[in-house]
Amino acid sequence: MDTNALAYSGRAPDPARQAALVRRWGWWYQAELRLWSMKAYWSSIIGTALLTPLLYVVAMGIGLGSLVDATSGGIDGVPYLVFVAPGLLVSTVVMSATNETSYPVMAGFKWGRQYFARATTAASPAQVAIGELLAVGLRLLGEALVFWLVLVVMGAVEPTWSWLMVPVAALAGMAFGTPLAAYAATLEDEGPEFASIQRFVVMPMFLFAGTFYPLTTMPIYLQWIGWISPMWHGTQLARLFGFGLPLGGWEIVGHLAFLLALVGLGGWLAVRNFGRRLAR
Amino acid sequence: MPVIEASELTKTYGELHAVDAISFEVTPGESFGLLGPNGAGKSTTMRMIGGTTLRTSGTLLVNGLDPEVRGPEVRANLGVVPQQDNLDVELRARDNLIMYGRYFGLPYSYLRPRADDLLEFAQLTEKSNEKVDNLSGGMKRRLTIARALVNEPRILLLDEPTTGLDPQARHILWDRLFRLKEQGVTLIVTTHFMDEAEQLCDRLIVMDHGRIVAEGSPADLIRRYSTREVLEVRFGSDRNAALVDRLRSFADRIEPLPDRVLLYADDGERTLEAVRKDGLVPLTSLVRRSSLEDVFLRLTGRSLID
Amino acid sequence: MSAVVDRVRPGSGLNAWLVANSSGNARAVVERGFKVIRNQNWVIVLSGFFEPVFYLLSMGLGLGSLIGTVAGPGGQQISYAAFIAPALLATSAMNGAIYDSTWNVFFKLRFANLYQGMLATPLGPFDVAAGEIFMALFRGFLYALGFTAVIAGMGLTTSWWALAMIPVALLIALGFASLGMAVTSYFTTFQQMDWINIALLPMFMFSSTLFPISVFPEAVQWFIMALPLWHGVELMRQLSVGHFEASTWLHLGYFVVMSVLGIGFTTRRLRSLFLR
Repeated sequence: MDTNALAYSGRAPDPARQAALVRRWGWWYQAELRLWSMKAYWSSIIGTALLTPLLYVVAMGIGLGSLVDATSGGIDGVPYLVFVAPGLLVSTVVMSATNETSYPVMAGFKWGRQYFARATTAASPAQVAIGELLAVGLRLLGEALVFWLVLVVMGAVEPTWSWLMVPVAALAGMAFGTPLAAYAATLEDEGPEFASIQRFVVMPMFLFAGTFYPLTTMPIYLQWIGWISPMWHGTQLARLFGFGLPLGGWEIVGHLAFLLALVGLGGWLAVRNFGRRLAR
Repeated sequence: MPVIEASELTKTYGELHAVDAISFEVTPGESFGLLGPNGAGKSTTMRMIGGTTLRTSGTLLVNGLDPEVRGPEVRANLGVVPQQDNLDVELRARDNLIMYGRYFGLPYSYLRPRADDLLEFAQLTEKSNEKVDNLSGGMKRRLTIARALVNEPRILLLDEPTTGLDPQARHILWDRLFRLKEQGVTLIVTTHFMDEAEQLCDRLIVMDHGRIVAEGSPADLIRRYSTREVLEVRFGSDRNAALVDRLRSFADRIEPLPDRVLLYADDGERTLEAVRKDGLVPLTSLVRRSSLEDVFLRLTGRSLID
Repeated sequence: MSAVVDRVRPGSGLNAWLVANSSGNARAVVERGFKVIRNQNWVIVLSGFFEPVFYLLSMGLGLGSLIGTVAGPGGQQISYAAFIAPALLATSAMNGAIYDSTWNVFFKLRFANLYQGMLATPLGPFDVAAGEIFMALFRGFLYALGFTAVIAGMGLTTSWWALAMIPVALLIALGFASLGMAVTSYFTTFQQMDWINIALLPMFMFSSTLFPISVFPEAVQWFIMALPLWHGVELMRQLSVGHFEASTWLHLGYFVVMSVLGIGFTTRRLRSLFLR
């Protein structure tokens, strides 16, 4: 290295050009960075995305399905495996969203402090927040795609329309992930928050929001758990595409609107909270 | 009887010889130093003394006992300050001291007043109910040092004790360590700060790449391996190296560094005058006493702090 | 005195090994554990209790209404909730023990550096391991007590033998914890820890927890029957209704042998785990 050219090599774009590039593309640079950091555990992302549907298909299709089908003759007119597959896809993706938007966001502010490093470059806090969420969204899409492919190969869904389950699952994941990221951005210390959310929000959502059986199977005073859960709204849409669950037009609009509204609200809050934290 | 006898002490991790057949003795009440850069094998040696790292070969006796064979008895005499604070983050400051004392089997009736004394010693009385995570770096270090004293150890192992402390806190700590030494406690200190080694140690070994490269008192080592004074001159990045040959004639020994040239001589001012008379005008110059840093540079060709 | 002392290595006599690795003060490690529990956030402590309860309510009652009754021990028909409740107890004992002996130990060893602090005192590796396994069993005991009370309250047990599920949960936990700690001694990164979860999930799903293994081909059944969780589930199920047969002893024996082997294995690995 020529140490005499350390201060000025003539090869770096001038500061005005750097600023213009970042103003335009800063959100994508952040997303790139986050996707890059996922490389460290990509093998476990892919492993989980491949193994979870395999396990579920065997356990639900052969095991639990044989009990349910023998007694009730399937659910909603289809074998239990076909009924449960869309719900498993959606809930798996929502749980991944939880992992990607809780501790990693806190780490960016508290342990690794990568967001602060980012904020000293030309990038704005809003770009950091948006890029971060975009990267998580892309990762969820990838996971949903692998999961769906396994379901197709195992014969749990028909490929024609069921591919639409992939964006629906990612949307449901982001509907839970964006508000969680916004909340994680406000946490100063590692307390019981994430463990409590895992145990008292995500787990009940997985178990009581209509993943394993129709929401209406539960008593009416417990059905609200489903109504407020992104997992249930996503699962209903996924069932529409998976096996043609009969839904009214307004129901479809309602499910979509609920998920989109949460993504919008969560995204707005995340941008605001990242800004507050990074500007301090 | 020496409190520590190490003979051909060796620790290898695969191909890496972390500690390479070193032998030394420490006598009771002595303040003994291990000086060397990061990775010289100082911390590994310290852990072997406590029996918390198993040696690859060689013999080691602490109070006449092998720490690998009689670990609990050996460690009952030791107070250990590790290089990285390993306080119990799930306990509060005062409970850290008390629980640590319980690991020595000490009764609560002894530990409660002892903990309060030690908190005072570490100037942490106000923080006694604070969570460890809420303490500053310097406070954590002081709590770690206080914790090492909970069992009134006869031998204190201090691994880089003042790293991360501000200058004032360092001097306070050195003062406390002197008092312990006056009361007959054996101190074993690793450091890569030459001023710390000069302040604290009666005798020290200089380590590099797992080997002992020199042994003696600080003054003795400086006398043996350096001159009385050092002249440091800077001519600017490009000219330092170019002038080395011309400077050589002015000093007993010369060390060209990337940013300056060191001239070893008994009278630094006179050397500087001679250099100037020769028509060489340095951008900056400094005359100082030789230190252990110079000893290390002489012995290894490298600087202590990398 | 420069006495020549033999370097006794583990294996040259139990007494010499204990002198080198224990101060007999494991109690202090337990005391520290209780102090931490007292300081801990109770939400977290309680949440460990709720997980199996949520599973029981969702699967047992919700899915149960679509399944009806299932053949229990001895072929008698029992409700689906009564079928899975003992299995969930066995699973929760396994999960707690594995978490405490792998993830928790690894974190305290490599990141919190807690054990380094302990081992700088007279405590030896044996004291630390024994204290930590005791704490894992204590937590397991609390959860087993709570869950057994819940399922008894829901009328899902039909025998006083159900009380024996609590000590059996501890035996299951001991088997998994002792093995888990030995396995942890081979780990170097957190990513490797993920693979434990990947191995435990299928064991949970297929060990006759949620459905009988008779749905599988015979070869698969033999494989499942070789795994520990299946024995734990079957044993718990038999206790919940007080139905015993020769296999009861086999299940019990499996965990006794597993615990003995696990403790032996962990003991051999203690120095590799804690001293490096």
